[in-house]
Amino acid sequence: MSGPAIGADATAPVSAAAPDSAAAPVIDRATMEVDIACVGFGPAMGGFLTTLTREWTAHPDDPAFASKVAPGMPLQVLCYERADDIAAGVSGIVTSARGIRASFPDLDATEIPMATPIAEERVLYLLDPIGASRRSFALRVGDTLLRGFGGLLGVKDSAFELAWTPGFLHKHGGLLLSIGQFNQWVGSQLMATGLVQIWPGTPVCTPIFAAETGKQRYSVQGIRLADQGVDRTGAPADGFMAGMDVHAPLTVVGDGPVGAVGQALDQRIGMPPGHAQNEWALGMKMVVELPEDTPLKPGTVWHTFGFPEPEIFGFLYVHPGRLVSVGIFVPSWMGDPERTTYRYLQHYIQHPALWRYLKDGTLRSWGAKSLQESGKHGEPFLTGDGFARIGEGSGSTNMLTNSGVDEAWTTGVQLADAVVELLRAEKPFTQENLFATYVARRHASWLEREADEAKNARNGFHGGLVRGMIGMALAGLTHGKLSLGGTIPSAQQQIHPFSPRKVSGVKALEAELLAEDARVGGRPLHDALMTARGWPEIELDGRLLVTQQDALLMGGKVQAMAGFADHVVFRDPHLCAECAEKTCVAMCSGQAITQTAEGAIAFEREKCVHCGACLWNCAHTPFGENTNIDFRAGAGGLHSAEN
Amino acid sequence: MAQALQLVVCAGIVPDPLQTLEPVTGPNGPGLKNEMVLPAVLDPWAACALYEAAQLVAKNPGSKLWLVSLGPKAKLQQVMMTVGQKAVFELIPIDGPIGGFPDSHSTAAALAEAIAALPGFDRERLLLFGGWESATRGAGVTLQLVGERLGITDQFQGVDQITLREDGSFEVLERVEGGRHQVSVCAGTPAVLGWATGNLAEPRNNPQTGMANMRGIMPALQKAKTVALDGNGLRYVSVSLPKQQRETRVEKNMTADEIARELVEWIGAE
Repeated sequence: MSGPAIGADATAPVSAAAPDSAAAPVIDRATMEVDIACVGFGPAMGGFLTTLTREWTAHPDDPAFASKVAPGMPLQVLCYERADDIAAGVSGIVTSARGIRASFPDLDATEIPMATPIAEERVLYLLDPIGASRRSFALRVGDTLLRGFGGLLGVKDSAFELAWTPGFLHKHGGLLLSIGQFNQWVGSQLMATGLVQIWPGTPVCTPIFAAETGKQRYSVQGIRLADQGVDRTGAPADGFMAGMDVHAPLTVVGDGPVGAVGQALDQRIGMPPGHAQNEWALGMKMVVELPEDTPLKPGTVWHTFGFPEPEIFGFLYVHPGRLVSVGIFVPSWMGDPERTTYRYLQHYIQHPALWRYLKDGTLRSWGAKSLQESGKHGEPFLTGDGFARIGEGSGSTNMLTNSGVDEAWTTGVQLADAVVELLRAEKPFTQENLFATYVARRHASWLEREADEAKNARNGFHGGLVRGMIGMALAGLTHGKLSLGGTIPSAQQQIHPFSPRKVSGVKALEAELLAEDARVGGRPLHDALMTARGWPEIELDGRLLVTQQDALLMGGKVQAMAGFADHVVFRDPHLCAECAEKTCVAMCSGQAITQTAEGAIAFEREKCVHCGACLWNCAHTPFGENTNIDFRAGAGGLHSAEN
Repeated sequence: MAQALQLVVCAGIVPDPLQTLEPVTGPNGPGLKNEMVLPAVLDPWAACALYEAAQLVAKNPGSKLWLVSLGPKAKLQQVMMTVGQKAVFELIPIDGPIGGFPDSHSTAAALAEAIAALPGFDRERLLLFGGWESATRGAGVTLQLVGERLGITDQFQGVDQITLREDGSFEVLERVEGGRHQVSVCAGTPAVLGWATGNLAEPRNNPQTGMANMRGIMPALQKAKTVALDGNGLRYVSVSLPKQQRETRVEKNMTADEIARELVEWIGAE
């Protein structure tokens, strides 16, 4: 068995290079040799390292676990994580935990803070009690019927609970987790083995490609860590320390959907024919401490749709200790350039169905992340000479079941099994060998079967919510045999051009005036338009309803270590100044991207939570497939462990 | 002339001060809600002491730096993955409770015992560093008690700078009221220095330093001695967080003078 040939352009230069570094002076870098270099510590890497160390611990004298690069030493396995702590991850996780439970058959949820078995799942359709959301005619008719027959249908607090939901939406027997706590729990066990090292606060800026071999393939020889002691542009400054080159026979790439190494691989190698990462969403959540008399029980799971906009799905998960995760997903197919997730989240939690429980709560944590929602369609080349990809960046998220963590974990497990097999067989980590072991396992597993069933499930959403729900039901109930067709444009093309005449619910003149005010540094357009469309101003209470900047400090505890370059770079600033949509400003989770009074776009690294939304929220592609925003490796971000 | 020093830094781990901290009273006395959930960092004042000590070691060949840290082993391990990248040291971990509520005398006894048992320990060459207070309770007494238990009477608190002299004496700048420093000259080691912020920037994360440290840190953690700290009858009447008030407002039309004036009025009203 062998994998597909990879590499779109064998004549392209293949030496190691950081973005824009072609003209940069050559820097003398320290180097280190390890056996396995890992990029990013999330659930996928947790699954990989857990499985690897289990087998290693069970067979400590197995020569397979002897280092090839440091004779006489055990296997040298190093993992570099961008965030300042391995507990700084973000996800609203409710998971079937099949893969996780397979790794931990005796898993006791009480060992993991904030974890609990799922006790109750409900799906709620939320009516719009404000009247500001952009609902289609079909939805408005449905809403009218629900309101008219609310008493009979059980509509309560402007919410209608679906009496029946298909099985593929449920996570029976699963777990409700905090990804930060789960990562911390896994990481502690891994480090306690003493077999692997996980280094937080160490962004990896690029893979190191081998020199061109003339063959139609690319080879990765390791990774380069980000430079420190540089100014905002990356130029050496006080205390300059060149990022080290870490050479390894195998590089495991698990740096998520917006990771720098994954991006670099995709840009250099391209995607398999017919594959593209076109569908995205921004997930934003709060962790709220509920009042002492809350009736919500741990393990309660709500999925919602219909509010604050029909395209926005939401969730409420109840953890032990009166903590609740509540959040929304704003998808790329929403189209509207005035996407402002934080304000939508504030309106969402005030929906009567949720506010009844949340109103006396206190914000404990907050965070946001991009989700790669292309599923199987977004699967990149999973292996190459010297590298393998796992986790969300490898297209493992299932968009029918809305499940990613368990799938990511499982990809890591599968790669670890493959690596152990190759180590024992003394076979090199070539593309063929990794494909025959890792990809073969993956393709033969439930992961692939379910990914195939799910791959077209969301096509219908590009034609609206109702069509999307029908498409999901079709795909889910027929196990993918039937689905709605659809052409998915790139995320950039999904952003509708801004036109004052096309702003729903706002007169053209008013929209033009608001746009003009925003252009000269007034209220950001997305915020002003929401108010103009009828969304009420948020009445801050300083406890749960707080400004976005306070959410950074009170909830996300956002911080950035000095000495790193800006990781968000606007390739052509003039294009940004002329951009009418400025969707990057609207979607920036931390208000780190803002518009200046002169109309330019500014980035403040200290506010960035590394959600990566800017990467897919730029409508302009002046450089081929690349948008005008370059999202690179960077340190800092969220410091909350409760997300 | 370089001196071969023995530098010991006492540095506990504390919940990341950025986190939402909420005191609660449990069966074993006061603590922080969900304390084990919160990410930990090296106590910030003591971290400054560590960086200063590392620089002294770098300037004085033959010197040795130990980091003595008391906390839950799993948390220590996690924190060391970051701290271990910043300075070269030998870790002496003590597996014990986290937080600012254990009795300072018991904590000091455990630390002093560990220090006295260091291989090749020479009290006469010792510079004992730590934070002048902690980010947990801020009482600022543990380091002094450690010094007393080790019989070290030259103690300095709120230190921002130490300058070694060729004759073995050293000059110390201690913070005093009014934003000033008190200059002291000490005839020589041993001495206890409770550091304020010092003057050094936080070192970069150096993967090579981390790798070098990790060869010693992991085995040390596996052999960490477990201690149960005696409460000595200590009882807390009440526990509360320092008062905080957050008011965020976006002002685009006020001058810097107007903003400063309002801030002064606001502070004065507190």
